[in-house]
Amino acid sequence: MEVLKIATAGSVDDGKSTLIGRILYDTKSLTTDKLEAIEKTSKKNGYDYLDFSLATDGLVAEREQGITIDVAHIYFSTANKSYIIADTPGHVEYTRNMVTGASTSQAAIILIDARKGVIEQTNRHFFINNLLRIKDVVVAINKMDLVDYSEERYNEIKADFEQLMDKREYRDQKITFIPVSALKGDNVVNISERTPWYSGTTLLEHFETLDRKDIFNVGTPRFPVQYVIRPKTDAHHDFRGFAGKVYGGELSVGDEVVALPSQTRSKIKDIYFHDKKYQTAARRSSVTITLEDEINLSRGDMLVKVNDLPTIEKRFTATVSWMDSQQLTVGNKYIIQHGVNKVLAKIDKVHHKIEPDYSGVDTEVDSLGMNDIAEVSFQLNKPIYYDKFKDHRTNGSFILIDPNSNSTVGAGFIS
Amino acid sequence: MDTAHINPLENEAIYIFREVAAQFERPVLLFSGGKDSITLVRLAQKAFWPAKIPFPLMHIDTGHNFPETIEFRDRLVKELGLELIVRNVQDSIDQGKVKEESGRYSSRNSLQTTTLLDAIEEFKFDACIGGARRDEEKARAKERIFSVRDDFGQWDEKNQRPELFDMLNGQIELGQNVRVFPISNWTELDVWSYIEKENIEIPSIYFAHKRKVFLRDGLIWSHSDYVYQEEDEEVLERMVRFRTVGDMSCTAAVFSEAKDIASVVQEIRESTISERGARIDDKRSEAAMEKRKQQGYF
Repeated sequence: MEVLKIATAGSVDDGKSTLIGRILYDTKSLTTDKLEAIEKTSKKNGYDYLDFSLATDGLVAEREQGITIDVAHIYFSTANKSYIIADTPGHVEYTRNMVTGASTSQAAIILIDARKGVIEQTNRHFFINNLLRIKDVVVAINKMDLVDYSEERYNEIKADFEQLMDKREYRDQKITFIPVSALKGDNVVNISERTPWYSGTTLLEHFETLDRKDIFNVGTPRFPVQYVIRPKTDAHHDFRGFAGKVYGGELSVGDEVVALPSQTRSKIKDIYFHDKKYQTAARRSSVTITLEDEINLSRGDMLVKVNDLPTIEKRFTATVSWMDSQQLTVGNKYIIQHGVNKVLAKIDKVHHKIEPDYSGVDTEVDSLGMNDIAEVSFQLNKPIYYDKFKDHRTNGSFILIDPNSNSTVGAGFIS
Repeated sequence: MDTAHINPLENEAIYIFREVAAQFERPVLLFSGGKDSITLVRLAQKAFWPAKIPFPLMHIDTGHNFPETIEFRDRLVKELGLELIVRNVQDSIDQGKVKEESGRYSSRNSLQTTTLLDAIEEFKFDACIGGARRDEEKARAKERIFSVRDDFGQWDEKNQRPELFDMLNGQIELGQNVRVFPISNWTELDVWSYIEKENIEIPSIYFAHKRKVFLRDGLIWSHSDYVYQEEDEEVLERMVRFRTVGDMSCTAAVFSEAKDIASVVQEIRESTISERGARIDDKRSEAAMEKRKQQGYF
């Protein structure tokens, strides 16, 4: 079974709730009570269509009450895939929530209101999706019904967006434009007859046909040790298994590996998933690995292939997305959680703040507030084994924890 | 053979279990005897094999459970050699900490919370693993995988830690604890499909069986000493099964002929479709029941 997580973001009026509602309705994922509520309210309001924004009514209610909204998860499935929509509405903690939602997603939808075209918010969505290196992005040009399904308008918006694309850093990001009307159901799940000039797929078809290679970057295998399994039972007296998730590539029995930080070499003896042995551990699988030699490895250590070492360093610079109301200031100390490894870090220097909208505005600062993004240099108490974020989405990212509040206060992408 | 075919949700859940074992000193798995917590036990087994599950199970027993669930619980624990802690709502009532509800809709469901919090304090648990899923209801859709609770067990939804990539931050202060939800991203159908694929044994009440029931508010209630029943509410014998399993007083049945797991999965699959355009049925009310149960527990 495939699971695809899609990040969406936006405000009340760009039709995002309606789009999500439409997807749920057309894939027959709405429950009876929701559907009846939609029908009833639509009728009461005198609409001649169904108001699908009510499908995500929980979020609407919150918005009205002014409660803080962050990432909400919406689930639906088709015959061949399970989908999770990570929805990040709201304005106030916008960047923080978008970064969070995008960090666990493999695809994203950027919604554009066909009447308004590319606006500042579009730039921000795109910037963050590109910063987080989401491999597949759909630009859904919505409310086509309100511009008479005009091909000309669609092309105009597409051209505007393509100008933004020239500024993006992550060039391999695949971008697909789809003209839709969430309200009327055009090109969302079902292909529309009202856009005969459009020959592409519907939104859902697009995601249905995405393959693993379309959503995951192939990098080098990294195996951070999460937990050491030592049963000490009669049947498994000498069993010493290193439990963890394989990231970036695959590992096979017989592979020559190096343990970090000890730099000790060994070979992979067995790969287990539960009680079954496998020849190869595919990326993102939670396996248990045993080695030919008895090596002392503990949580936070890492197994890598001999000719594929990561950088082992006590200093680095990263793009930081700050998520806390307490400011990040030069000289402050934080805990860096890099995968499952924790080290102490000191802020060496804040280089400059980046406006996440392609405006090109960089400001010299020495502290960061909530939702700020900046280049920051760190000094650690001991080395970590990292890759650059652009080469390895997992091994190139970390979170910052405030040692006083224990809160997660920021995320970093190693430059 | 490689591991590429393994369900990503299963990989994720196993990863979460290992994080719990590594980051906390005294974790516990909250076990209700329902399908979700049974699924958790299987996932935990896989996460730590060939070692035993490195934490106990705890059941907050209302005393109003289906006898089938309790029998199943005891057998499972024995077969897997697990440690089971049971704390009883009856004790909380006897100690005067909570008051038994009375009347037509009385249930011990919401009373569980007090017993649970007392048990957390008694054993100094710092992580409580639960089977709640984000697809269950709106508020749960925003729940974290590691959800920090204060001394009073309360959830501050406005002040949740952001969860990025796979990284789970389990740092807490003394007195705080974390609720952990390894199957957050599973849907009801995912759980049932997994039970089918893994051939996991579940209590018999999940399958169609003849039961004495009565109808109220369009719901099918069990006829039992634990369930308040009016004199004019007629006892019927029908083929039913349960889609969720909580207390007898708050778990409604559905009419069903599904006697094995394949037919149950089929029924769940189809019910999602037939719900469309249908009238409010048992399903909706049943979902509300499950919600109530979850609120009591988490």
